[in-house]
Amino acid sequence: MDWYAFLFAVEVAVGGLLSGVMYALVAIGFVLIYKTSGVLNFAQGSMVLFAALTFVSLVEHGVPFAGALLLTLAAMTALGFAIERTVLRPLANRSPMTLFMATLGLAYVIEGAAQLIWGTQVHRLDLGISNAPFEVGGIFISTFDLVAAGIAAAMVAILTAFFRFTRTGLSFRAVADDTFAAMAVGLRLNRIQAAVWTAAGAVALVAGLLWGARLGVQFSLSLIVLKALPVLVLGGFDSILGAIVAGLIIGASEKLAEVYLGPFVGGGIEGWFAYAVALVVLLVRPSGLFGKKLVERF
Amino acid sequence: MSFLKRIAPALLAASILTGGATASLADEQHFPLQSYRVGPYAAGGTGFFGGFIDYLNLINTRDGGVNGVKLTWSEGETEYEVEKGVEVYQRLKSNPGIAAWNPLSVGIAYAMIDGVTEDQTPLLTINHGRTDTTDGRVFPYVFPLLLNPYSETSGIINYIASKEGGHEALAGKKIVVLYHGSPYGKETIPIYELLAEKYGFELQQIEVPHPGNEQQAQWLTIRRERPDYVVLRGWGVMNPVALTTAQRNGFPADRIIGNVWSNSEEDVTPAGDAAIGYTAITTQASGTDYPVVQEIEDKIYGANLGNLSDPARIGSVYHNLGIVNGILNVEAIRIAQARFGNRTLTGDEVRWGFEHLQLSPERVKEVGAENLFHSINVTWDNHEGEGYVTFQQWDGQKWNVISDWIAPDWALLRPIIEASSEAYAAEKGLTLRTEADVDTVASPASN
Repeated sequence: MDWYAFLFAVEVAVGGLLSGVMYALVAIGFVLIYKTSGVLNFAQGSMVLFAALTFVSLVEHGVPFAGALLLTLAAMTALGFAIERTVLRPLANRSPMTLFMATLGLAYVIEGAAQLIWGTQVHRLDLGISNAPFEVGGIFISTFDLVAAGIAAAMVAILTAFFRFTRTGLSFRAVADDTFAAMAVGLRLNRIQAAVWTAAGAVALVAGLLWGARLGVQFSLSLIVLKALPVLVLGGFDSILGAIVAGLIIGASEKLAEVYLGPFVGGGIEGWFAYAVALVVLLVRPSGLFGKKLVERF
Repeated sequence: MSFLKRIAPALLAASILTGGATASLADEQHFPLQSYRVGPYAAGGTGFFGGFIDYLNLINTRDGGVNGVKLTWSEGETEYEVEKGVEVYQRLKSNPGIAAWNPLSVGIAYAMIDGVTEDQTPLLTINHGRTDTTDGRVFPYVFPLLLNPYSETSGIINYIASKEGGHEALAGKKIVVLYHGSPYGKETIPIYELLAEKYGFELQQIEVPHPGNEQQAQWLTIRRERPDYVVLRGWGVMNPVALTTAQRNGFPADRIIGNVWSNSEEDVTPAGDAAIGYTAITTQASGTDYPVVQEIEDKIYGANLGNLSDPARIGSVYHNLGIVNGILNVEAIRIAQARFGNRTLTGDEVRWGFEHLQLSPERVKEVGAENLFHSINVTWDNHEGEGYVTFQQWDGQKWNVISDWIAPDWALLRPIIEASSEAYAAEKGLTLRTEADVDTVASPASN
């Protein structure tokens, strides 16, 4: 391999790692809800769309950036409480499959509501972060992707501190460890679930802003769940660290596969290659790389 | 003179008047619309169907219909999904007086070919669809009007040749085609290969998996290959992502040529300054500088009858495509009426109208669409109609036309189309139509 080819391979890997961070941003929203309620929230992608569409529409209506951010956060909080009250509470103690199906329906409701309220037009979202690349040792690196990686790192740090040091965060962990025991000591499950969905809404807002700036704010934002699912399988559904590590692995491996394996099998393989990697890991570690091992006795 | 003789003229006049009134009440031509106003492609759907309905509305409002025959329509939401499109087709096909179907979806159109052939009703796939349906000998009821995918490919290569100083200058050039990973995206693979062989340019075709929201690997490959041009055969979110990823990898936007489904405001606006200089093919110009568009703005939107919820989208690419689609539908009905009478026509009679849809640039001017589109020349065996193409460049705010009308290389493409359609006919056991079959038309009585 000559020097140029080596540099190119490094560039592909770095680009993949940075893309992987973007996948992890979405996956973290899934993890938050799964960690505390055992529900795979299929509506996370719709929440990303709803958050981004609300934010950009407010900005287009003349609301300043910070104001739009706060108002969108308020909207996501209201959405979180509404979901708890109208979907989760009536389905309390139902099987995980029932709850999963409920979130599937919820995804359609949120997508429809977002388009009903804000319309179907495609919007440009400019966060003021340059898209132009800069060169480091012959490798092009995107400023935008680096900033996104920094934001993701900050978010992971905030969430980790939140889970470790705040009363609400500890309540989340208690509910995640043993729901009935948590209720027995007086934790109010309904309120905690609403708070978890609100937190997932805040994560959706961050992911929506970054992905929206990349793709434009449009319906396809809700399809980014397709990128997050293999990350979740690989990293484990209940590990924030797992989501980050798996995002990096999936991002780098799918890009390298697309460039180096793709030409031999007709190209366009990165869409399914990520799932193939996740499947292999499932066979070896059914709980993912960092997921909690489930022991059941029959 | 007997009493009967004296009142006969009055009876006759009364019967004509009553009959006429009844006929005028009953004379409606219907368009069932498989539209998509929600879902991932809603921006395109609202623009196209908005323009189409606006034009039908203009004909009703300004002219009282086509020679007195009122145009009506009904809508069913498909979200661009094939199964929903077929369900809407099944639901609406019993509506009386159907003129034609216009699903604006390759997948839905494919699924309807057998059905419309049995129903004897035209199926229009303006600027898209299955290329070999151009051959009217095999597909009597399907019309990929103005531009089929092969002609589009030829038009793009001809444009690049014109920029380079002629087809000879293409030899040794390198062109990458970045295509959507779907049947639509793959439709033109063999034609690019054929044209690369004919003109001697180096070709690489790279697939982007659906929906195309991640293209880093593809653009790194493109940067390594250092092509002279990249042709973007995208759809939906794939287009702005291609432009922003190109910018991130240092590839200039003015070396990217978009196909006909990568040419709208929705494709470039989200990309911001990454789209400035990007060029795309089109069959119809955008903007409001055309009498028919201005008339719609004035008479339809001025009377609050417009179909677009945001009037700022009047004259956008999809809206103008919808208007052009309306013109072609209405003119086909007008041509068919000239032969069969000014009444509700059967689908087969409208098919006859489409097979004689010849609009010269002079006629295009008469309908207020001069320079909005060039002309069309549909015949019984050429259902595309030799549409001309032009190229537009995005300046950050609007599209600007930057080329003359360009003719694709129809003569080169026709044998390939015929080979494909004849293979289809052999597979289905169909007998090829001849010119003599064109005038065999199902009348209202036979329906």
